[in-house]
Amino acid sequence: MAEHYQVAIVGSGPCGMSAGGRAAEKGISHIVLERTDHLSDTIFKYQKGKHVMATPDILPLRSSMDFEPGTREAILGTWERQTQSLGVNVRFNAEVTAISGQKGGFALKLKSGEEITADNVVLGIGLQGNLRRLACPGGDWDGVQYQLDDPDEYEGENIAVIGAGDAAIENAVALSRQNNVYIINRRDECARAKDGNRNLIEAAIESGDITCYYNADPKSVSPGKLTLTVADGEAEVECDRIIARLGAIAPRKFVESCGIEFPSSDPAALPELSPQYESNVPGLYIVGALAGFPLIKQAMNQGYEVVEFILGNQIKPADEPLLEEKFKTLPGNRSVDEVITHIRENVPLLRGLTPLQLREFLLDATIHVPGKGDVIFERNDYTNSFFMIVDGGADIQIDEKDPNVKVTVGVGDFFGEIGLIAGRRRSATVVAAEPSFMLESPRRSMIKLINSVEAVERAMNEVALVRQLRTYLSPHLTDEAIQPVLETAEVRSFKSGQTMFKEGDADEGVYLIRKGSVTVSRRIGGKDIVIAYVPAGHYVGEMAFLTRARRNATVRAAINTETIWMDSDRFRQMIEASPQLRGEVERRLLTRFIEGESMHARPDAGNIIQFLVEQGVGEATDILLIDETLCVACDNCEKACAETHGGVSRLNREAGPTFNRIHVPTSCRHCEHPHCMADCPPDAIHRAVDGEVYIDDSCIGCGNCERNCPYGVIHLSAGAPKKPGLFSWMLFGLGPGPGENKKWNKAHKKDDGAPKVAVKCDMCLNIPGGASCVRACPTGAAIRVSPEEFFSLSELAARG
Amino acid sequence: MHTSILVFRNFRYLKIAVGLVLVAIVAYVIHSPLGGPNGGSWLGYTLGTLGALLIVWLAWFGVRKRRYGVGKLLLEDWASGHVYLGLSLLIIATLHSGFQFGINVHTLAYALMVLVIASGAYGLYAYLRYPGLRSLNRGEGALGDVWALVAGMSRDCYEIARDLPDEVYKLVEDADKNTALGGSVWRQLSGRDPNCASTRALREIRKKAESYTDRDADAARRLVRVLARKVELLGRIRKDIQYKALLDIWLYFHVPLTVALLGVLAIHIITVFLYW
Repeated sequence: MAEHYQVAIVGSGPCGMSAGGRAAEKGISHIVLERTDHLSDTIFKYQKGKHVMATPDILPLRSSMDFEPGTREAILGTWERQTQSLGVNVRFNAEVTAISGQKGGFALKLKSGEEITADNVVLGIGLQGNLRRLACPGGDWDGVQYQLDDPDEYEGENIAVIGAGDAAIENAVALSRQNNVYIINRRDECARAKDGNRNLIEAAIESGDITCYYNADPKSVSPGKLTLTVADGEAEVECDRIIARLGAIAPRKFVESCGIEFPSSDPAALPELSPQYESNVPGLYIVGALAGFPLIKQAMNQGYEVVEFILGNQIKPADEPLLEEKFKTLPGNRSVDEVITHIRENVPLLRGLTPLQLREFLLDATIHVPGKGDVIFERNDYTNSFFMIVDGGADIQIDEKDPNVKVTVGVGDFFGEIGLIAGRRRSATVVAAEPSFMLESPRRSMIKLINSVEAVERAMNEVALVRQLRTYLSPHLTDEAIQPVLETAEVRSFKSGQTMFKEGDADEGVYLIRKGSVTVSRRIGGKDIVIAYVPAGHYVGEMAFLTRARRNATVRAAINTETIWMDSDRFRQMIEASPQLRGEVERRLLTRFIEGESMHARPDAGNIIQFLVEQGVGEATDILLIDETLCVACDNCEKACAETHGGVSRLNREAGPTFNRIHVPTSCRHCEHPHCMADCPPDAIHRAVDGEVYIDDSCIGCGNCERNCPYGVIHLSAGAPKKPGLFSWMLFGLGPGPGENKKWNKAHKKDDGAPKVAVKCDMCLNIPGGASCVRACPTGAAIRVSPEEFFSLSELAARG
Repeated sequence: MHTSILVFRNFRYLKIAVGLVLVAIVAYVIHSPLGGPNGGSWLGYTLGTLGALLIVWLAWFGVRKRRYGVGKLLLEDWASGHVYLGLSLLIIATLHSGFQFGINVHTLAYALMVLVIASGAYGLYAYLRYPGLRSLNRGEGALGDVWALVAGMSRDCYEIARDLPDEVYKLVEDADKNTALGGSVWRQLSGRDPNCASTRALREIRKKAESYTDRDADAARRLVRVLARKVELLGRIRKDIQYKALLDIWLYFHVPLTVALLGVLAIHIITVFLYW
C-alpha cells in the first residue's frame, strides 16, 4: 500500500520548501520530494559566495522560513536549520517521473519505482531542473558541465563556455582570471545579456582576455576538443572543459503529462493558473518559477499561500496591506479587490495583465486623486512617469502660448508617454478636468510592462503617434488633417551611427524624430562635414520634397533613434490643410537654409559637432564642457565637487578627450535615456524634475550602473575617510584644508571592507544655486549646457 | 556659454571699477585741503578707508574660493571683480597717499600693495595667455597617463636594443633610468632639460647607427624612431609642465605678499590713529 499524504510537494526550492514549512507548521500530513540529495538545488548551484538579493524590496515575506539578502551559504544554512526545526518531511533522491489521478487521489511515481499518493499536489519544480543540454554528438563527454560552482577551482585550463546569456558571461569572465577561456556565441552579439554583462564581456574580448567565436554552433564534441560550425567552415577549439550555459525552459513534456495545459506552443509559455495557483487539473497547484515568478521571495510567499488555499483558507495575498494603504486615499472605502476590478474595467491598457502582474504593477504605482484644476505636471518638468486615468479626466494644454488650446482625455486614457519615449522634458502641462482617480507609474514599471505585454506597446504607440505629431508639428492640427498622414506613418528605428538617408538620394518621406537625435552632414571638398545637429521633437527630410529636389544632405542617427516616418505626398497634404503648420514649416526651412550657408563657411564648427556627438553629447541633456583656453588647471571644480559630496569627487577634470580646445571631462551627461538606470536592482537611480539623474540611498553597490555607463562617470566608493576639523587644520596643520581631499583620501584609504556604493554627479541637486563645479570655476572655463544650446549657430559661429 | 573673466557679465566689474576710479579722481581734483593733498584730509581718510576695505575684500577671495557650494554669485563674479577692483586699488591708494612717499611703514604698505597688484597683473596675463598655449601643446588627444606612455616606449626600446651592441643597450638603459621630468622650479619654468638622457641617447645612437649594417641597421632604425617619438613626447610634457608652472608660480608671491600687506596695513592704520 502506497504512502498517502494530504499534500505532496514536488521540488524543495524556495517555494516547495516554504510550502513544506507551512504544512509542517499547520500539522497536515505532507511530503516534500526532492530529486537531489540537498535542498533547493537552484540556489545550491549558484556560484560560491554569491550574494543573493531579496527583491522586490517592497514585498513583505510571508513564510514559515526566513529569507534575507545574504550569501548563498548563509541562506542555505538558514533553510536547512529551519526545515529540521519545523519538522518538514523531506525525501531526498526522490525524482518524480509521473503524476496521475485527480484531486483526492493523485498518484506520484518515483524514479525508484515507489509510488506515493496524495490528495493535492504542489508543483514547485522551477525551470533550472530542466537545463538545455548540448545536443551535438559527443555532448555527453565528462568534461561537459552545465554549472559552475567555484570559478577559482580551475587554473591554467583551456575552457570553452557555450552561450551568450548572463550566466555564460559571468562564468566566462570569472574563469578568465586563471584560465584560457573561449566563449562560443551562436549569434554575432550578446543581445540577450544585461547591458552590464555585455560591456564586461566585450571589454574582455577586446583586451584579449577571452577569445570569442561569433555565429558559431557546436558541431561535435570529443574528449579535449570542441568542433564548431562557423561562418567560413569549421573551427576546432582545444579544451579541457566545456561549460554550457544554454538556459532553462519549462519541463513541458513532464508538466503536460500531468494533464496541465499550456496556452500556446511558444517554448517560453507558462501554464495558466487560477488566482489560487491551481492549474486546469483541480488539486494540482503550480508555484514559483514555473508559474512565472522567478524571484525567491515571491516563490516563498506562494509556497506558504498555496498550503493555506489547499486548507480552504482564502487568505489575502501578502501585498494586501500595502495595497490597502495605497488605496486609502480613494473615496468610497472600497476593498482592494473592488479597486483592482474597477481599474481593470476602466483602463484597457492594463487588461492584458494577469491578476498577479497587475498587483505587482500597482504596488509600484502612485495613486492620485486630484480635484478640478489641479496641475498633474507642468510643461518642461523633467519627470518621466506615465499616467492612466481610472476615473475623471484631464486637459492637456498643448499650446505653450495659449492654455486654452487643449486636448481633453477621459476614463481609460493615458498621458505622459511623450516624455517617456523621448526621455526629454514634458511637452505639455496637464490639469485635472474634474475630480479624478489617476495612476502614476514610474518609468521602470512601464518599460517592464511594455516589454512583457505586447498589446500595451501597440496601444501606446497608436495614441502617441497622433500626440507627437500635434506636439512637435503644430497644436492646431485637426484630426482630419492628420488622418491621411497617420494611415501610412510608421515608427522607424535607427541604431547609433546608422544612415537615415544619403545626400543625392531620391525623396522618400519626412522623418519626425521622437527619440534620440541626428546629425546632418554634407560633402564639402570631398569630406563629410556635419552642418547641423537635430534633437528629438524636430523633423528632417522635408527639404527635398519642398524644393522638389534630391536629398541635399546625409542624415545619420547620433544615438539610437526612433522616428515617425511620413509619406511626402501625405505630409504635403497635411501642410496644405493647416495654414499655421505651413508657415511654421516654411519658417524652419528658411532658417535651415541660412544656417546651412553659414556652416558651409565654417567647417571647424561642424567638426566640433561631430566630435561632441562622438562623445555622446547627442544623448546628453546636460554636459560639462571646459574651454581649454580659459582653464588654468586649478582643479577647483573637482575640489568643489568633493567638498559638496562627502569628500569624494564625481568628476575627473583632466580625463576625457579634447577637440579644438573644447574638453569633455569625465562627468555625467544626464542622458535622455540613462544607461545607468537600465539595470539597477533596487531601482535606486532616478531623474529629478529638473533633469538630474541621481542615485538614492538604497544603492546596494552591485556595480551594474558603473558597467553600464558608456562614459565611465560612475564609480564605486566606500566614502571618504573622516578628516580633522577645520580648526585642527588651521591651528595645527592637521589633515587637508578645504578642497584638498584627494591626497588625504588616498593616504587614508579605508581597508575595512566597508560597503561601497555607486557615486555619480547629481548636478548638486540639493544645493541651491546649482552645479558646484561650474560655480567654483574662477575663470569661466567650466560650463554646463544642453547640446541644443551648445550646438546653436551663434555659439558655434563664435568658435568656428 | 564660455566667457573669460575680462568680458564677464558684459564688463560689469570693469564698469564698477571705472566708476569708482572716476569719482575718486574728480574728488581729488576738486578737493584742495590745507597743505596739499594728503592722507589726513577728509578725502584722504575716505580714500584710505575705501582702499583698506578693498584690500580686505580682495584678500577674502582666497577664503571665498574655498567655500564650496555656497553664495549667490559665481566664483567667476568674484574673480572678475577681484581683477578690476584690484587694479583700481592702485589708483585709489595712490590718490589716498597724495603722492607723499618716504621711508616709513606707510610707504612700505604702499610698496607691498604695488607688489601684490603687480604679481596679480602677471597672474592675469598668465591666465589669459598660457591655457591656450598649453592646450595647443597637448594637441587633440589628452596626454593621458603620460607615465604609462613613456614607460611603454622605454619597454619598446629595450625590446629592440636587446639584439644590438652593448654600447647601444647601455644608452637605452641610461635613457630609461635617468630621464627626469619636473624637478626644480627653474627646471620646470625653463621647459627644457639640457641633460635629458633620452635626447642624449637618441643623438649618440643615431651617430653610432650610421655604421651599422644588415639586421643591426634595421633594428637601429626602428630604435631611433621609437626614441625620437619618446623625445618628442618628453619635450611636450616638459612644455606642459612649464606652462603649468608659469600658471602657478605667481601665486607663491601674490599670496605671501598679501599676508604681509595685511600685517603692515594694520600697523599703518594703528600708527595713524596713535598720531591722531
